[in-house]
Amino acid sequence: MVRILGNIVGAVFAGVLLLAFGGTVKDYFSEPPLPSVSEEFHLEPEHLALSSDGPFGKYDKAQLQRGLQIYHEVCSGCHSLNRVAFRDLKDLGYNEAQVKNFAAQFEVPDVNPDTGEPALRKALPSDYFPSPYANETAARAANNNAVPPDLSLITKSREGGASYVHALLTGYRDPKTYKNEKGEPLPKEGMPASATLHFNPYFANLNLAMPAPLNSDGQVTYAPGNPKPTVNQMASDISAFLVWTAEPKLENRHRAGIAVLIFLIIATALGYLSYQNVWAEAKRKVAPVGPLDPENKAKRTRATAKARD
Amino acid sequence: MSFAWAKPYEPTTALGRWIDDRMPLPRLVYGAIGGGYPVPRNLNYLWNFGVLSGLMLVVQIVTGIVMAMHYHADAGGAFNSVEHIMRDVNAGWMLRYAHANGASFFFVAVYIHIFRGLFYGSYKAPRELVWMLGLVIYLLMMATAFMGYVLPWGQMSYWGAQVITGFFSAFPVVGEPIRVWLLGGFAPDQAALTRFFALHYLLPFVIAGVVILHIWSLHIPGSNNPTGVDVKDEKDTLPFHPFYTAKDGWFMGLFVTLYCLFIFFLPNSLGHPDNYIPANPLATPAHIVPEWYFWPFYAILRSFTVDLILPAKLWGVLAMFGSILLLFFLPWLDNSPVRSGNYRPLFKRFFWLLLIDVAILGYVGGAHISPFNVALGQIAAAYYFAHFLIILPWVSRNEKTLPLPTSITASVLHGEKAESAPLGAKTVA
Repeated sequence: MVRILGNIVGAVFAGVLLLAFGGTVKDYFSEPPLPSVSEEFHLEPEHLALSSDGPFGKYDKAQLQRGLQIYHEVCSGCHSLNRVAFRDLKDLGYNEAQVKNFAAQFEVPDVNPDTGEPALRKALPSDYFPSPYANETAARAANNNAVPPDLSLITKSREGGASYVHALLTGYRDPKTYKNEKGEPLPKEGMPASATLHFNPYFANLNLAMPAPLNSDGQVTYAPGNPKPTVNQMASDISAFLVWTAEPKLENRHRAGIAVLIFLIIATALGYLSYQNVWAEAKRKVAPVGPLDPENKAKRTRATAKARD
Repeated sequence: MSFAWAKPYEPTTALGRWIDDRMPLPRLVYGAIGGGYPVPRNLNYLWNFGVLSGLMLVVQIVTGIVMAMHYHADAGGAFNSVEHIMRDVNAGWMLRYAHANGASFFFVAVYIHIFRGLFYGSYKAPRELVWMLGLVIYLLMMATAFMGYVLPWGQMSYWGAQVITGFFSAFPVVGEPIRVWLLGGFAPDQAALTRFFALHYLLPFVIAGVVILHIWSLHIPGSNNPTGVDVKDEKDTLPFHPFYTAKDGWFMGLFVTLYCLFIFFLPNSLGHPDNYIPANPLATPAHIVPEWYFWPFYAILRSFTVDLILPAKLWGVLAMFGSILLLFFLPWLDNSPVRSGNYRPLFKRFFWLLLIDVAILGYVGGAHISPFNVALGQIAAAYYFAHFLIILPWVSRNEKTLPLPTSITASVLHGEKAESAPLGAKTVA
């Protein structure tokens, strides 16, 4: 009975699926799907090598400091970084006093302790980076209805991570002269629809609201001893910084991981040897012989009992 | 408690006897996982994955309870509390990555465990209840994993909850009221998040309870084995301890090493980047996908694209639930008396085809929708139902099986003189 019912149910499901398959094939040939403009012109980001890559990766603190400078001087005009506290900047190699001074450049909302009125005060190391806009509505109003995303988790929340951020920042092209890998010019549908949109082949739908934020070498002045602030260098530095803001515990994770793996490999090897030891006899002698043979066991029990008497 | 010769617990110390007289807990442990539980001597490494699944359940409960001490089930604060765990809680990043990847490794262990059971006929008499209780565990795991994925309240959490609870609205008349009742609102929000958290905390303990029943029902007939032949006498078995504790022990080390590689070096490789964006009911992600362990079922759901009598969505939902429910009938759909696929040449071929089929469904479920992928998914889904409901019953009736070994011991001996020679005897090559 189960089998007859099963046959019927199976035939129904499989039949409907084959019908659906037929429909899919028919649609494919009657209306062949055309590749969309974004499929033809979208580019995958090139890999950006960072010192935090790989199982032994560590942050390059000088690079993170440069990245912080770029965030502070360029990105923070529009983008918040509200999961990072000023105290976290100690991870970048700054001391207590430097963190305090850095925080003091920012103002955060508070309450006037005398009157209870809303007020602003200088930020403390325990405060988080303040947002450039009071709220989402203000952000939309200032940016043609586009909200600049918070950057704290940006390298973890985008496919491609730091490589994507780097590619996007360096990937702005002139849509009028741009040609894809096949040498085709950008059709009209791919062009920015208005002056507030900007063409970038690394962005999923090719046009984004953010204008190129890093557009000239030397836009930011690095402290002496740092590499030259080319657009590529600045884009790499801010990408590295944003890897840190998204994953501040990466170095702890790598260190702990190496220790855990060494422990586990030794423990597993010892476990394997003890397994070999325990099974040595059972494996070699398939029929239980020697001490494992039930007859011998019984003899042993009898002998022990006798000796006890 | 399983075989006639299984040794009862004999306390060796006065304290042991004292406890055993008052509460026979040591007796229970000895009989369940000690020297008092005889296990077929020829188990291969595929038999390690039951214990590994149990290990992962424990890992998930321990890491989960500690995280619950820091998590806020609040639509406005859940995402922030997860980031608080990642940034400010001592070793919080380790707990969260262990828990998130732990779910994946739990499913890896369970899927290998299930396919092992499928190949060696572990669902057949007298182990039908073991199989069915295992399926109950699997269903509970799916519910738990889904609700757990909602808790970080990221974009995929939110839209995943939206899509999965949307399944219920496919049913006519009662569907939409059921969906609203389950969510506690018209869309996922505070009410849904709080109840998902409560249930996500509860269900693992329900799973632990069903695991006890699963093991209890297993220990009556004892474990199946690669030959599928019943245990005939004591020579066919070895005591669980020390033999299988040693084997499970080292293999556990290997599995945990692999798991730790993911926790420490590839922690986000099995997740989706969109879930690091806070939930936003106004912005739908371009590509909503569940976690990888649901991909085959998601592919089955999406394969139904025609409205034939019923709407396509209802077909998809019925088929998706049906694809798991049909497994409850497997012991009766496949009633070949031979258990192990090793002695069933035709069954074996179809088994490998099924494995490839499920892998294809998994690929299609996670991939972007394109005519090729949809067509591939439709063929694969059709084979899935045909395999269990049409092919297996036919195979079990018409297949000519290979001769079975007379006993487990005989199968291990291969009739080779060298292996069966008495202890210490010199054998001539």
